[in-house]
Amino acid sequence: MTQTTAHSEPVVEEFRPHRRWFQRPDVLTPLILTSVGFALLIGAVSVPANYRTEMDAPPGDVSFDWMFFFHMVPLMVQGVLVLAKATVLGFTVAIVLGFAMALGRRTKLRWVSWPSALVIEFIRSTPLLVQLFFWQALFRSVEGISLTPVEILTLGLGIHYATYCSEAYRAGINSVDKGQWEAATALNLGPVTKWTRVIIPQAVPNVLPALGNYLVAAFKDAPLGVAVNVHGLLFFADQVRAETFRATEPYLLAGVGFLLVSLPAAWLVRQLEKRISYERV
Amino acid sequence: MESWLLTGSQYMLLLRGALVTLQILGLAFVVGIVLSLVVGIARLSERTWIRGVALGFVEFARGISSIILLFIVAIAIPILLGVPQENLILLATLALGINMGGYGAEIIRGAIQSVPKGQAEASISLNLTSLQRLRHVILPQAMTVILPPMGNLTIEILKGTALVSLIGLTDVMQMARNIRQQQLADAVGNLPILYLNVLVLYFILAQVINLIFRLAERLMEKRYEGGPALTTEELERMRPTSAEGTVS
Repeated sequence: MTQTTAHSEPVVEEFRPHRRWFQRPDVLTPLILTSVGFALLIGAVSVPANYRTEMDAPPGDVSFDWMFFFHMVPLMVQGVLVLAKATVLGFTVAIVLGFAMALGRRTKLRWVSWPSALVIEFIRSTPLLVQLFFWQALFRSVEGISLTPVEILTLGLGIHYATYCSEAYRAGINSVDKGQWEAATALNLGPVTKWTRVIIPQAVPNVLPALGNYLVAAFKDAPLGVAVNVHGLLFFADQVRAETFRATEPYLLAGVGFLLVSLPAAWLVRQLEKRISYERV
Repeated sequence: MESWLLTGSQYMLLLRGALVTLQILGLAFVVGIVLSLVVGIARLSERTWIRGVALGFVEFARGISSIILLFIVAIAIPILLGVPQENLILLATLALGINMGGYGAEIIRGAIQSVPKGQAEASISLNLTSLQRLRHVILPQAMTVILPPMGNLTIEILKGTALVSLIGLTDVMQMARNIRQQQLADAVGNLPILYLNVLVLYFILAQVINLIFRLAERLMEKRYEGGPALTTEELERMRPTSAEGTVS
């Protein structure tokens, strides 16, 4: 019966948005990749206590030595991984806490929304470095809580970037069309159904690129952890400098390693941005 | 827990640190603005290689962490080039300025692109040189788009200045640590409260910057808003009295 058509139609994979999310490969693949990466990062990355170079440092009159530079690459990778771990964990905190802050800021109860607006503004406009020192001092002075430096960095990054995320969420929630709210009210949806089925599915995809940018920014701020004694990238550079009296190679290597991670990450975020703006049109 | 405030002399120390912070912020702002203007305009150049260099700079400045850039510029580069590392403030300023320039260039590029194309075409037809076009036509109109994100960026740089305490400059943060040493020696004081005061100081500085930029925006709007329409009387006065004039 179908042979009446002269040319056979090429089989085109149909885009079926009505499939459930766990049946869609374009959702599932990044999700599985992310969770595997996450598990590896948490489980497999251990924070080294020391970064020791095994090679003898070149003498002081050599300003730059390539052998020494390449020799330190494995140590640098270790440092970057520690930072990546703290960043990813911290950003998980930020995503969740940021949503709570966004809700707190846009609620109609004044005694909730005003203090949360103040807290968000306060955290946003003060340096992360001082905040890290503050958290460290606070947790030391409270009895019964002892956090490792990486945990302090995670928490500090999480709280700092939660405020940024909350602004992004707020913009996303405000960008949901007013008719959608009215329709949800007209359909007599409860608050939970309204948020999970109507508002969040429309608000969050719009802010994904912004969140991605903040993830990259959080990674760029992660080396600050050296101030609370996190044994990360900058700690590696400082330690090599202290032990071998050579400053150029470790710091330049730290910069190179940083760019190698953050440039591809920024590129990925831009691709995401393009794709989402394409889907929205 | 004792009082939430510090003593007067400690506040004086913090303010003295704030002067250093503001000095670094001001210098970095100047470097950053110049860099972002140059690079932002270069990113719209007609020549490919200029665009390429500008793009490279932007990607570098935005991709690298400001603290690592600070360590490279302030410690590694002087040793590498054999330059004496004397003026730490200048080196720190340079690093923060480069960082700001990367972000600022994108702001300026976006703002220039947001000016309607007809304006550029009109100024070409008026025979303005490209510099005049930029200075008198494009940039004033782009200014309203530039100012708000530039204010946010300046606050980011203010936050960035806290990093210079790690390379040994005595800004607010370093001053706080000095005060802590003093407190430890006297066996008084509470560390979280000290840092909370420092945070409040930074918050106030950020709000001041915010206010300055709001004022600048207001001034800019006032300056470039259309003047009041001419009254009929003025219109009458301007109308060429051609009817009578040519006869006599």
